[in-house]
Amino acid sequence: MIKHKHQIIIVGAGIAGLTAALEAVQAGNDVAIVSKVFPTHSHSVAAQGGTAAALGNMEEDSWEWHFYDTVKGSHFLGDQDAQAMFCKEAIETAYFLEHIGVPFSRTENGHILQRHFGGHYSEFGKGAPIRRACLAADRIGQAILYTLFGQCLRFKVRFYNEFLVTHILLQDEGCSGIMAWDIVHGEMHTFQGKLTLLATGGCSRLFKISTNSAINTGDGMGMVLAAGFPLEDMEFIQFHPTGLYPWGFLISEGVRGEGGYLLNQDAERFMKVYAPTKLELAPRDIVSRAIQSEIEAGRGIEGKPYVSLDITHLPEQLIKEKLPQIREMAIKFAGIDPKRQPIPVAPAAHYSMGGIPVNIDCEVLADGKKAIVPRLFAAGECACVSIHGANRLGTNSTMECAVFGRRAGRDMAKIVRSLNFLPLSKEQIKEGLEEINTLLNRIPKISLAEVREVLQEGMTKNCGILREESCLRAQLELIHNLKTAYQEIGLKGIPNEYNSALQEALELKHMLNLSEAIVRCALARKESRGAHYRTDFPTTDEKNWLRHTLVFMKEGKYKLDYKPVVITRFEPEERRF
Amino acid sequence: MEKAFFIQRFLPGRDKRPYWQKYVLKCKGTWVILDALEAIHKQDLSLAYRRACRHGICGSCAININGMNQLACEKRVADLPYKIKIRPLPGFSIIRDLVVDLTPVYQHVEAIKPYLITTTKPPEKERLQLPSERKRLDGLYECIFCGACTGACPTFWGNQGFLGPTALIQACRLLMDSRDETKEERKKTLKAHPGLWQCHSIFNCVEACPKGLNPLKAIVALRKAILSK
Repeated sequence: MIKHKHQIIIVGAGIAGLTAALEAVQAGNDVAIVSKVFPTHSHSVAAQGGTAAALGNMEEDSWEWHFYDTVKGSHFLGDQDAQAMFCKEAIETAYFLEHIGVPFSRTENGHILQRHFGGHYSEFGKGAPIRRACLAADRIGQAILYTLFGQCLRFKVRFYNEFLVTHILLQDEGCSGIMAWDIVHGEMHTFQGKLTLLATGGCSRLFKISTNSAINTGDGMGMVLAAGFPLEDMEFIQFHPTGLYPWGFLISEGVRGEGGYLLNQDAERFMKVYAPTKLELAPRDIVSRAIQSEIEAGRGIEGKPYVSLDITHLPEQLIKEKLPQIREMAIKFAGIDPKRQPIPVAPAAHYSMGGIPVNIDCEVLADGKKAIVPRLFAAGECACVSIHGANRLGTNSTMECAVFGRRAGRDMAKIVRSLNFLPLSKEQIKEGLEEINTLLNRIPKISLAEVREVLQEGMTKNCGILREESCLRAQLELIHNLKTAYQEIGLKGIPNEYNSALQEALELKHMLNLSEAIVRCALARKESRGAHYRTDFPTTDEKNWLRHTLVFMKEGKYKLDYKPVVITRFEPEERRF
Repeated sequence: MEKAFFIQRFLPGRDKRPYWQKYVLKCKGTWVILDALEAIHKQDLSLAYRRACRHGICGSCAININGMNQLACEKRVADLPYKIKIRPLPGFSIIRDLVVDLTPVYQHVEAIKPYLITTTKPPEKERLQLPSERKRLDGLYECIFCGACTGACPTFWGNQGFLGPTALIQACRLLMDSRDETKEERKKTLKAHPGLWQCHSIFNCVEACPKGLNPLKAIVALRKAILSK
């Protein structure tokens, strides 16, 4: 086993991980990033439409309007202290991203260009939709990720690419480091660090129809859950309204922001029924549910489970300049030119609003409430601050990664100097190795891919946009059976070098545990709020359910707890758009 | 539709030389090559390949399909003949099966300083850049580092130190950025590595780029910039 030692260890090389690394390394620290993929393959690269900041480059805007929209978008389940801070810091963070080189698109006089996105309005929601999404054509994720990666190389962040983190090493004094499997060479390494940040992204690959990369298996969340610490608000999975049918590939909300219409089989702009004023620019939970309702009412195109996203009325030049990637995807995958034919779309699992509970300094909360896990941090999609509550607004995720990645980097840089390294627990390392060896030496009786596929199909069918008790219970039973089946998967005979099956087996363990957490939280929440919609409890229950869910797993048994939502300024109100 | 996939398998240290393995699959009309690889991987867990985003933006799955470097996630199976030969990207050492060691590409990219350098203090808000200045980055900043172009470049095959089209298109993206304040240094860096003047304009990189970019045009633009005072 090969041993490494770095002051700060960051797991994950998406926007959150790289921003944190850049802050910490510039403060003079020895920073290592451990990522299961090459940094530019991280899923941040797939963000398209823009990143949120109330810059007011196009028309008057204020962070307070952004704050209100984020609160109402979150269906009042976000913590308003964190949301206010986020909307304020988004502005300076957008300028920071520009200063380090992000190739934003520009206005006529050279400012960062901004476009419309769902859920972002003026005058505390009373005014018209507002252009708040800072864009780089339709490639904002790539533009930000590559810029950050370059700057991290410049300041000599140490990268360990294609290293799959398998375990967080913990003891009473806190996190002492991690274990990671070197995928290329097929051997285990340990990393001892004074501080560890998890920036491991989301878990929407738990679902069959998903916009997400194959790598979004929720590893960081899974490791925290397995370590006995809670996850927060896991029932809130965002289904993006417009995944390219039938694959689910992301078709940016920016398409609607630029003026795209949603049409059903009768060529009717059905959003006027569901969101009479904001139409296609209502928040994502509203639009996804509207599409699903149209499909279930038999008004999908040719009776099939999709609707049309129509931009044939937009000028060809605009499509080519502002939506080039969307155009390319429509042509390459669906074989249609979006100037001539509408794009076939249907909702697809997209984002996890919940995650590892953290305070606004990104410290992981041991009880989900106040007590911290010393030396362990989390930021980005894997964390739950909570900015997004029950439903995230488009463009708030990449900005959350940058804002909280910076905060995590700065906070870690501040406290790391006063700390010593903690010894790594030999017992935990031994247990970790045993788990890997068991998988490697077991003769398979059941196909690993089949377990994963059955899980994903079940999650989409039973725990999707519209949920009800019997389906959720069926899914719980299915997960239990799959957990038993997991004990019979094996990798005997596969050489260790680039053994992607081992990676898949370890990811699948997290996927099973996280699925059960999600279903249990969804079963317990007997109301509808944001992205969590129960057909058997279709209304929002502010009296009993304006609270965060916490889910723990100990020795395979799950336990739920709750905590109040932080409300500083905006009281819950009926959510109409 | 039925297709026969011939996949090059190789594990250095275990296998003496690469060999072809044949898999016959019933493919759906919506399938791309990546779907076929996943289907094969399901029955043969030992097959190694890279993949992530599945829709042509992460750049992880570039391989050689019937002689052309391209992204496995973008190439439609229906557009290919019955017999489909799949190899790793040429020009790189093989880690296993379709997974190659792209270290040379990454080293080249690092060598050209792939980051904006400014020497003046940034303003309180954004640095201004006119749309006409920003437009000079189009066709450059979209590069996804997949390595398809460098793996198609005979000059690189002959000289692993040659900067190659992936790094050069990135160099051009930074030199063209109106906000960058180290133009002369960038030119010096480019002169210090074999690259600009070793390119023989073979056009393989242009043909290989899955994003429709033109690295050769970038190389010519860099040459012009270096020659002009």
